[in-house]
Amino acid sequence: MTDQQDTSEVFRGTSGGDSSLRDQRSTDGTDTRAIPAFVFGEELADLADHDDRITVLTADLAKANRATDFAERHPDRFVNVGIAEKNMITIAAGMAASGMIPFAATFSAFAALLGCEQIRTDCAYPHLPVRVVGHHSGMSMGFYGTSHHSLEDLGILRSIADLTVVCVTDANHLRAVLRKSLDHDGAMYLRLGRGRDPEVYAEVPDIEFGKAIQLREGSDLTILATGSEVRPTLDAAMMLEADGMSVSVWDVHTIKPLDLDAVAAAAGTGTVLTVEEANRTNGLGTAVAEALLEGGFGQTRFLRHGVPDEHVPIGPPAALYAHYQLDAPGIADVARRLCA
Amino acid sequence: MIPRRDTPERVELVDSLRDRAKFVRTETVRLSRIAGAGHYASTFSAAELLATLYYSAMRIDPAEPHWADRDRFVLSKGHAAIGLYPILADLGYFDPALLDDYTRMGSTLGDHPDMKKIPGCDFSSGSLGHGLSASLGIALAGRMQGRDHRTYCMLGDGELAEGQVWEAAMAAGHHRVGNLVGMVDRNQLCIDGFTDEVMSVEPLTDRFASFGWDVKRIDGHDLDAILDVFSDHGRDPTGAPRMIIADTIKGRGVQRMELSPHWHVGNLVGDDYDDVMAELAGGLQDRVAP
Repeated sequence: MTDQQDTSEVFRGTSGGDSSLRDQRSTDGTDTRAIPAFVFGEELADLADHDDRITVLTADLAKANRATDFAERHPDRFVNVGIAEKNMITIAAGMAASGMIPFAATFSAFAALLGCEQIRTDCAYPHLPVRVVGHHSGMSMGFYGTSHHSLEDLGILRSIADLTVVCVTDANHLRAVLRKSLDHDGAMYLRLGRGRDPEVYAEVPDIEFGKAIQLREGSDLTILATGSEVRPTLDAAMMLEADGMSVSVWDVHTIKPLDLDAVAAAAGTGTVLTVEEANRTNGLGTAVAEALLEGGFGQTRFLRHGVPDEHVPIGPPAALYAHYQLDAPGIADVARRLCA
Repeated sequence: MIPRRDTPERVELVDSLRDRAKFVRTETVRLSRIAGAGHYASTFSAAELLATLYYSAMRIDPAEPHWADRDRFVLSKGHAAIGLYPILADLGYFDPALLDDYTRMGSTLGDHPDMKKIPGCDFSSGSLGHGLSASLGIALAGRMQGRDHRTYCMLGDGELAEGQVWEAAMAAGHHRVGNLVGMVDRNQLCIDGFTDEVMSVEPLTDRFASFGWDVKRIDGHDLDAILDVFSDHGRDPTGAPRMIIADTIKGRGVQRMELSPHWHVGNLVGDDYDDVMAELAGGLQDRVAP
């Protein structure tokens, strides 16, 4: 698949005719990295060729999340439940109780908020291998508005016992997460962007849930980023380096369980910044704050960067990222102020 | 195979099921006293259905609770679990002595059933409205795996106010999940009173039929009728799903509880306990209008 095909095929909203989300998020303005396709359906179809436990469900969003790529190759293991997210998640739990590994995918706002109780009661509590896939997370749906934003999902789901919460970074990371999830015990929430997340990993990384990945070493500041914020954080680190700062960057892809070793290592630089496309309340930043204090790193200079506790204004995604300083220049600016 | 009506085997079966339904009721009363509270009335309405499922209709092997080809049962009205536990213990899924610590600290047996702790429990429940979706998932998985097991799901009538029930009903009809058998324990009351007053659920036959279900309506305390309805349905996994509307009486078997809004949760103590046990020992009596 060429990059050109990727952009035309992938980012077309729910019905195929919506180009409103095509304004690729700009990072440093000179980004020539490949735009990865949303590989969800394709990767699962490949995996399902060799694993008959895999089944995919969606709630009338097979085009948006590319479950169509799975459905074409494994029609007998694909179920579209219509616009009924709670039903979808509990059906997936029933399937998991009978030996399947279901991936139930819908917009993360509806998966995590509407389906919250089903995730807790039907997936996490019975310790079933359901993979709830929340895509178009954060505020990546831009001017679709608060109903379609998922800024609370991390905060809500982090408080559910026996649920593994993973933020996917880019296409290759998604491949790694999907592959690894087949051997993972218990329920998972996989938080995806909108399928056009700029590349971080040139190849499929070797990952372990609960183990963050250090992408850059540095001694002045550590930035712990997750999901869609990893790429702009790396770009911000390069800007800061030009300023003479030495910045360590970690991809904290697993929010729960949190990698306490990574937090300890981060504290070693004396200053820690967390970056997430989520409400700052109870997300990655709060988890890191808890770990810093309880780990004896209370003297660390620390800031949670994310979306403040408010409903975001109307605007295209890139404009919203700029507004909240969640793009590379914004993150660099926040980091400079923290270190000033 | 369920024996035909008017055969000696059938008469014997109905007699034994009547005894097991009585066992469900007396054990419910006994266990409730251990807990200090219990869902008597919701369990009494389902006693004949539960007994018939586990002692006759379902293809199960208590020695192999995870047997892949077993029929499944999802108690969507999880608050009736107190009537399910004695059956599972009686069949040998677990040591009946565990019943004596029902709901006590560290027990595997709570007011609502936990599939990870209780052998024979096919799905955890307690939050109303989920069970039909879970059953649909189990049934769909069975179809994907080429297995011919059935999945039975018992819903309460008050539970039908939960929207997710109808999401599942719509999807089961649409996907023609013929290995799914639902049943509504139509015991007429929810917590705050009669469903007709709190939230109307009728016409149930028409409602489920319009969602693509093959609906049968029976007297849910008539063991012959229950046996008939369980035996006239095939295992075609792509046919219409079956819904059984079982007209029942909440609290059936204990006169003071029958159709009473005051016994959703209760606690019998002292002479009341002994009186109710004696009444249950006499078997179901013709209902006396209050």
